[in-house]
Amino acid sequence: MRSLIVKGGYVYDPLNGVDGERMDILISGGKVVEELDEREAKVVDASGMVVMPGGVDLHSHIAGSKINIGRVLRPEDHRKDPVPRTRLTRSGVGYSCPSTFVAGYRYAQLGYTSVMEAAMPPLGARHVHEELNDTPILDRTAFTLFGNNYFTLKYVKAGDMGMLKAFIAWLLRATRGYAVKIVNPGGVENWKWGRNVGGLDDLVYNFEVSPRQIITSLARANEELGLPHTIHLHCNNLGVPGNYETTIDTMEAVRDIKPREGRRATVHIVHCQFNALDGDNWMNVRSGAAKIARYVNAHSHVTLDIGQAIFTDTTTMTGDGPWQFRLHNLTGNKWVNSDVEMEAGAGVVPYTFRKNNPANAIQWAIGLELALLIYDPWRVYMTTDHPNGGPFTFYPKVISWLMSRKARTETMLEIHKACMRRTTLAGIYREYDFGEIATVTRAATAKALGLKDKGHLGPGADGDVSVYDIDPTDWRPSMYRQVEKAFSRAAYTIKGGEIVVKDGEVVAAPPGTTIWADVKIPEDAEEELMRDLEADFRSYYTISLANYPVQDEYLPVQERVAVDGRRGW
Amino acid sequence: MTVIRDVVCPFCGCLCDDLEVTVEGNKIVKTRNTCAISSAKYMHHEENRITAPSVDGREVPLDEAVEAAAEILASARRPLVYGLSSTECGAIAKAVELAELVGGVVDNTASVCHGPTILALQAVGESKCTLGEVKNRADLVIFWGCNPTEAHLRHLIRYSGMPKGLYTPEGRKGRYIVAVDVRETRMKRLADQFLKIEPNGDFELLSALRAAVREVKVQAETVAGVPREQIEALAERMKRVKMGVIFFGLGLTQSDGRHMNIDAAVGLVADLNHHTKFVLTPMRGHYNVAGANTVTAWQTGYPYAVDFSRGYPRYNPGEYTAVDLLARGEADAALIVASDPAAHFPADAARHLARIPVVTLDQKVNMTTMLSKVVIPVATAGVEAEGTAYRMDGVPIRLRKVVEPSDGVLPDAEVLQMIIDRVRALKEGA
Repeated sequence: MRSLIVKGGYVYDPLNGVDGERMDILISGGKVVEELDEREAKVVDASGMVVMPGGVDLHSHIAGSKINIGRVLRPEDHRKDPVPRTRLTRSGVGYSCPSTFVAGYRYAQLGYTSVMEAAMPPLGARHVHEELNDTPILDRTAFTLFGNNYFTLKYVKAGDMGMLKAFIAWLLRATRGYAVKIVNPGGVENWKWGRNVGGLDDLVYNFEVSPRQIITSLARANEELGLPHTIHLHCNNLGVPGNYETTIDTMEAVRDIKPREGRRATVHIVHCQFNALDGDNWMNVRSGAAKIARYVNAHSHVTLDIGQAIFTDTTTMTGDGPWQFRLHNLTGNKWVNSDVEMEAGAGVVPYTFRKNNPANAIQWAIGLELALLIYDPWRVYMTTDHPNGGPFTFYPKVISWLMSRKARTETMLEIHKACMRRTTLAGIYREYDFGEIATVTRAATAKALGLKDKGHLGPGADGDVSVYDIDPTDWRPSMYRQVEKAFSRAAYTIKGGEIVVKDGEVVAAPPGTTIWADVKIPEDAEEELMRDLEADFRSYYTISLANYPVQDEYLPVQERVAVDGRRGW
Repeated sequence: MTVIRDVVCPFCGCLCDDLEVTVEGNKIVKTRNTCAISSAKYMHHEENRITAPSVDGREVPLDEAVEAAAEILASARRPLVYGLSSTECGAIAKAVELAELVGGVVDNTASVCHGPTILALQAVGESKCTLGEVKNRADLVIFWGCNPTEAHLRHLIRYSGMPKGLYTPEGRKGRYIVAVDVRETRMKRLADQFLKIEPNGDFELLSALRAAVREVKVQAETVAGVPREQIEALAERMKRVKMGVIFFGLGLTQSDGRHMNIDAAVGLVADLNHHTKFVLTPMRGHYNVAGANTVTAWQTGYPYAVDFSRGYPRYNPGEYTAVDLLARGEADAALIVASDPAAHFPADAARHLARIPVVTLDQKVNMTTMLSKVVIPVATAGVEAEGTAYRMDGVPIRLRKVVEPSDGVLPDAEVLQMIIDRVRALKEGA
């Protein structure tokens, strides 16, 4: 592959302290380099444009059984957005449940080159990886679900941190997962009896452990093993007015856990918008974002992503079965529930965020409040929790709201006035600059994930670059429509040194790499774990232990992140 | 002699993965943990095989057969790609890609079995679980319009009837089993309660049960031949159990009402979730019909009946379904993979299939291979080739290869890739 020079753009590379300086980015052998033979290189003219590292989405649902249930469930969604084939690209459908190929192309068109699949049920891990293999261009990881797993509950109940850590290491390897995902800890297990948990100190049936114990045990194990990312936590009580208290309780519960070396955070709270509601019910619901922001500003052990709501018809899908049933009853919309033996559950319900709905107007404001009231952009990330808050294709719109108070005001004038009275958004004047956008969409997310070669453009970084056709020296927040347009269609997206998007069109669709965490643990701990697993697998699973781990055939292009979990065993 | 353990059975939707297959030389000599059907599939996998690729009944080298197949598909105006439920997912993905490339229609056997289940899902959703949930928790198991004792032979033993699970230590004794059918099958002896209903009475009975669950008084003395007292008692039981499940089969999907029957069952189950845990699960037939729906959905957005004639996927069961497309005389060529539509389709559809050029990929001689212009023998997935299959509940399992295929016999996916490459060359040449 020819080397590349991205020439003359205004570079935003926050991890290396570069904030809009005109400089060239040199890429050779798929990596950013300090020098190369300019005569041999292809030149990408980025003069007058914004240059950033390729986007890194740390929370999205693009592959596996949930999104595929969504696809099967919603032919009416696809009809809005058919995508024809070209000589180079496969056909498919878009909108809220895009087909795998289309998801890959469209992320690349937005300048994203890495996306994390945020919820992988272990038993369905092969399914996730099969879909990821049909998702072109993007590098990716998948987060394995742990919070309601039988073995997690069993070892937490026994207070056996050694076995819990050994289990985490084993299951990440068996599923080729990257991080510990927790969804409504305890609640999903109780949902298998048709119940839920109502807070951190409720108990899980038959195990008599609380969500608090599950979260703190997993967080401690996560940090002791030294995993690259913190626990990735979907809190209890999602979507319940008043839940901001549970969210703050949860953050407080993991405050004293010692983070791994080189990191201050011990928890990542996902799609926080859905967990930042104040009030007692849907009639008097109001924003709890300011309270959460106050907590986060005062405590450095928390990161979160916003899960911005978009006014559109979308498809909600979470591993939180009881919440999806609740949403089905709230809306009367069609409902799929899917419980996974011994491990997890999921639900899917179509949902429309409406401008004239007061609760939806408040939810829209909460996402932006979180992003604007939390001062440190290294700890609050831009997502829509695709497709739960809305499809990822609306990211440019979210960027325009973050960068322009005028854009926000215009939306506020169109929507239910509850957003004026029951949120603080109207009083917020902060506007993101390009550097902060680069932070919350790639630099900070890559850092939080522990993906060392992503999210920056220093020597040795992956040659993933996005170029947006907008001149930052000649831009004012009132021109937010320009920024939306520029971020909707990258002038160039470069993936591993190859131009994959030019002028917003896909020009190459190479396969992406699946990155997973390979955690080493002491041999005797592993042997003890296997003895325990074998007995329980035979008794309670419907698939044999030998057929359970994901085979290497499912990861044709893979990268292991080696983690030595033996330190401090 | 080698004994291969944890082998995954490529026959029915149960996808049992605890088989033991003994191989001597390259020959299967013994199987363990198999049901009668599975054992036959392994022990007789060499019988009745297609021995060589052929075009118009004449044996040809593989390349020539591929070329002929490519020419037929590339020149067709409305080619149909059909079957796919008895092969592995890699082949299904290739078949979808090929259908897209030639602007054809791709459909799988779901369209003649659980297609209505999918239509109901699209209308109202469903509450489901993996089979281990049933094994570990269910104390009420209802089989409606299905007969696992003859169609899914180890279902009751491994998943739904006998096994002792995490919260079902008593096994069969701790479960109340109900069978609902129009005739007395072997399930009658096995079940705690057998409800013989009038043919095509499913929708009414499900609706009456739903009414009873909602505590609406059923006025009729009997519904679909079942007395009111029995309906009310069953509804009461459904609300009281710790976890209940309804398994349903073609008795529900292919009788009058079709997807409306499933709508009614889904509604009943949704209502029951206000009282306790309740789920339902279709008894999928072919071992990878769930995979055919799954792969087609992630590639196109739609689970079956997908038309690419406009360059993008469109979905319309009843229009782009294989039977309808053939019966209307619309398809002008067909590629059949791992299926025998000539033997199983309605006469009008089968007759049209006999009139058009057909390319068939199969292991064994069947009615479809007999009327095909091009026949290419392939390796048997799960016996001679690896790959993924999705169990009836959506759990993906990797099929194992226990013996080598004959020389020159390739898996479906590889043959399809060869056809794709040739079609692409032909299209670009033109």
